[in-house]
Amino acid sequence: MDIVEELLKGNRLALSRAITAIENEYDEAVDIMKRLYAHTGHAFVLGITGPPGAGKSTLTDKLAKAYRAQGKTVGIIAIDPTSPFTGGAILGDRIRMNSLTMDEGVFIRSMGTRGSLGGLSHKTADAIKAMDAFGKDIIFVETVGVGQSEVDIVKAADTTMVVLIPGMGDDIQAIKAGILEIGDVFTINKADHDGADKLVRELNMMLDLDAHGMQMEQTDTEKALADQFHHLNVAKHAVGNTWRPPIQKVIASQNEGITETVENIEKHFKYISETGILQKRRTERSKNEMLDVLHSNIGKYITGKLDETGKLDEYVEQIKRRETDPYTVVADVMHDMLKE
Amino acid sequence: MEKRIRVLVAKPGLDGHDRGAKVVARALRDAGFEVIYTGLRQTPEQIAEAALQEDVNVVAMSILSGAHPHLFPKVVNLVREKGMDDVLIIGGGVIPETDIPALKEAGVAEVFTPGTPTSAIVDFIKANVK
Amino acid sequence: MSNEKIQAGLEKYNASVEKAISRFPERPHLPEQRLYTPLDIKDTDYADEIGFPGMYPYTRGVQPTMYRGRFWTMRMYAGFSTAAESNKRYRYLIESGATGLSCAFDLPTQIGYDSDDAISEGEVGKVGVAIDSLADMEVLFDKIDLGKVSTSMTINAPASVLLAMYIAVAEKQGVPADQLKGTIQNDILKEYAARGTYIFPPRPSMRLITNIFEYCSKNVPKWNTISISGYHIREAGSTASQEIAFTIADGIAYCEAAIKAGLHIDDFAGRLSFFWNAHNNVLEEVAKFRASRRVWAKVMKERFHAEKPKSMMLRVHTQTAGSMLTAQQPNNNIVRVALQTAAAVMGGTQSLHTNSRDEALALPTEESVMIALRTQQIVAYESGLADVIDPLAGSYYVEALTNKIEKEAWEYINKIDEIGGAVAAIEKGYIQKEIQDSAYKWQMDVESGAKTIVGVNKFQVEEEPPKGLLKVDASVGVAQCERLHAMKAKRDNDAVKAALADLKAACQDENENLMPHILKAVHTYATLGEICGVMREVFGEYEAHVNL
Repeated sequence: MDIVEELLKGNRLALSRAITAIENEYDEAVDIMKRLYAHTGHAFVLGITGPPGAGKSTLTDKLAKAYRAQGKTVGIIAIDPTSPFTGGAILGDRIRMNSLTMDEGVFIRSMGTRGSLGGLSHKTADAIKAMDAFGKDIIFVETVGVGQSEVDIVKAADTTMVVLIPGMGDDIQAIKAGILEIGDVFTINKADHDGADKLVRELNMMLDLDAHGMQMEQTDTEKALADQFHHLNVAKHAVGNTWRPPIQKVIASQNEGITETVENIEKHFKYISETGILQKRRTERSKNEMLDVLHSNIGKYITGKLDETGKLDEYVEQIKRRETDPYTVVADVMHDMLKE
Repeated sequence: MEKRIRVLVAKPGLDGHDRGAKVVARALRDAGFEVIYTGLRQTPEQIAEAALQEDVNVVAMSILSGAHPHLFPKVVNLVREKGMDDVLIIGGGVIPETDIPALKEAGVAEVFTPGTPTSAIVDFIKANVK
Repeated sequence: MSNEKIQAGLEKYNASVEKAISRFPERPHLPEQRLYTPLDIKDTDYADEIGFPGMYPYTRGVQPTMYRGRFWTMRMYAGFSTAAESNKRYRYLIESGATGLSCAFDLPTQIGYDSDDAISEGEVGKVGVAIDSLADMEVLFDKIDLGKVSTSMTINAPASVLLAMYIAVAEKQGVPADQLKGTIQNDILKEYAARGTYIFPPRPSMRLITNIFEYCSKNVPKWNTISISGYHIREAGSTASQEIAFTIADGIAYCEAAIKAGLHIDDFAGRLSFFWNAHNNVLEEVAKFRASRRVWAKVMKERFHAEKPKSMMLRVHTQTAGSMLTAQQPNNNIVRVALQTAAAVMGGTQSLHTNSRDEALALPTEESVMIALRTQQIVAYESGLADVIDPLAGSYYVEALTNKIEKEAWEYINKIDEIGGAVAAIEKGYIQKEIQDSAYKWQMDVESGAKTIVGVNKFQVEEEPPKGLLKVDASVGVAQCERLHAMKAKRDNDAVKAALADLKAACQDENENLMPHILKAVHTYATLGEICGVMREVFGEYEAHVNL
């Protein structure tokens, strides 16, 4: 079958195969993406992140149902960590969304991080595009916070929701320092558990301080995390973003607070649409996409050439013996190759 | 290229005994596969649709209730109807030897009975996934 | 002999062992300690910790005379296909000397679906008998005097409905409810944690259970209202200590729920019973039974301040370990079951089901069931194991192992308390994860050869597939559906509708005891699926927590 043609006709197996091609980096993936690209740019992308055990999948399930009730079609990309030791993964998010499986308006795809950090965000972005071209109105990207790869994934989203739960102990301090920067909408799940109100209070305080550009006392971990998220922070504020992230208490398992959460998400989307932030984000994203492809292709091209000619091993040996250094080698290589 | 073997581990029917399914799911992960576990009480329709959306290479089912003659072939048919001709479908559980020929006839590639080491399942998948 | 002398002797012995080991290495994977002496139990106070049968803390048994009075109840779990077929098997068992019945229900029944529900397809009559309404229950107990027999029903999520049906059949036989003897499993927490046949979320499920406690304490006083089950937790792969720890934690949760509902501990605790697994390691199992009685007695006395001795007694039904049966060389299972039976008897069980040799392959045949029952009879009458009470007490090893299992159980119980009790621990997936980890370790040990299972990973032979297995024909489902439809056409459907509406209203009122309303619905021949359907509507359904 012609995957692109079938996908655009609404064939779910074609969509599934397209994502596999993207994930496995099959050669045909490039061709698929080329042909799908013109059909993308319509879907609203919601990133959902938060620590393990925060109930993100259950929340995603309920939100998906709420959007389905509005008549919107939904795509879900659920990302779970791959074991660094075996390369295997248990992709366990789907089990909490079983009741969506038979809804033809929903398509769920589980993905493993598969170790390659940079590659994942690129693959996720392409998988989102495949679902977008397929015609999904809203695409959820669910991922465990708060590593760098997750932040990169979140960059593909129009709106990012951060899910937290009470009673996480000291870890939450560290997480908060980072997530504060990326959340457009905050959700406190399992709000019937002890400590929910306290968490809301603390979060409110931190968000207010953040809005006033004040710096709080930070531990080393918090500083490290804040640094890590700095680029996002800058991007957010650079465009005159005056959005104050709302916080909503939710009990996802009992469907409580879902309507309000959907409202928050929509308010944010409206805000970024009206203020032009959405357009700026999407422009930034197009630029990043192009640069990503550029870097990756040039890198691959040059590496391939070096490998072919056996020069790669030669250079490595020379660097190891300290006869030269990586900077000199790369400068030489680029000089030679880009002249061609 | 970063290909991984993807396996859907499913419990069709109403049987709640998932010790075997869970042990197999973990063993498959430890063998480097990506495992999507769907949990209890899945209908054949749900299993086939999940297999499609996840584009798995293997559907592995476990039944201990005796409902396998009905449910296994039903899943095979639904998966094939969706155009997934190359998906390897395997089963396990309390399954009498005498039932196995009919299940294979229906398209179940292999049936693993009690006492099978998980390594045998891993080896079978590696040898037979297309 | 003083402890100093023993210590000196032990040191001398240990030195000699070192020498012996250098020449004859020991087998790998054995318990850490090779020999037990009085030193291992020197801190165990006999009067406080071991005591006497029928006396606190009941380590040596719950009755003063144990099997010298009468043997345990030989109760064979059975049921398959239709009510009529199962009725025949029950009558055969009673004629063969079984002293209690134990009903197995098929999965649609256990999960509250009628046989004609789409989801029941392929499952009707497979792992037990299909019961759709009172009409099936009448057939199931036809010509069996419910005033005389004691009946155990393995039913959990819809336990209230099946109990109501049993009471209704008894009424029709002219047997009043206060004469009925038996047990319903009624243990929903282990369904979430290990067995998987849950329906409703924890809160309404706990309400149904306390409703039954309350109803039976007034109306069916001889009925065991719950069988708090470690059996399935063990089958799911737990260790011996985890089996009793998680089960006792469940027991604590039920007591707390009942107390919260306004009951007094001594009004219901005497009707609580337990259900253990008899696994392969004979001495560990004996120690497990002994430790479990001691832990429960302490829980009841110290935590719940129970006063009646009966409230503190852990009475237990036992089943031999189904997961230890092998499909390979199935006759070997007869020997396994005999050893497991010995463990349960030396552990002091109140009743016992012995598995049949062919259950790793299919439902047991009549011949296999007979061998399994005979196994119990041989242990009872011929082995001498039942001649004195708690025969292994005082064994340095068994006493030390009893202490060790008790200690490990308390560690788990304390941990679960910290999490917020068994319900919270299950909702968080803690108990499931612990069980899964143990199950995975067991499987890896078998695969690496650290554990030997005869006929599976050692001493294998080429064998012919066994013949003559019992098969439940697919036509059973069709026939059952036809019977159901015929019944529905005959009954007074207005009465059914009214009874279901009444039940729905009762479900919505948290202060209402549901039992009388369910009983009323059952009388109109409302089906199990209809009754559970109403409850599903009001209570919702449980979504499993899986964390691999």
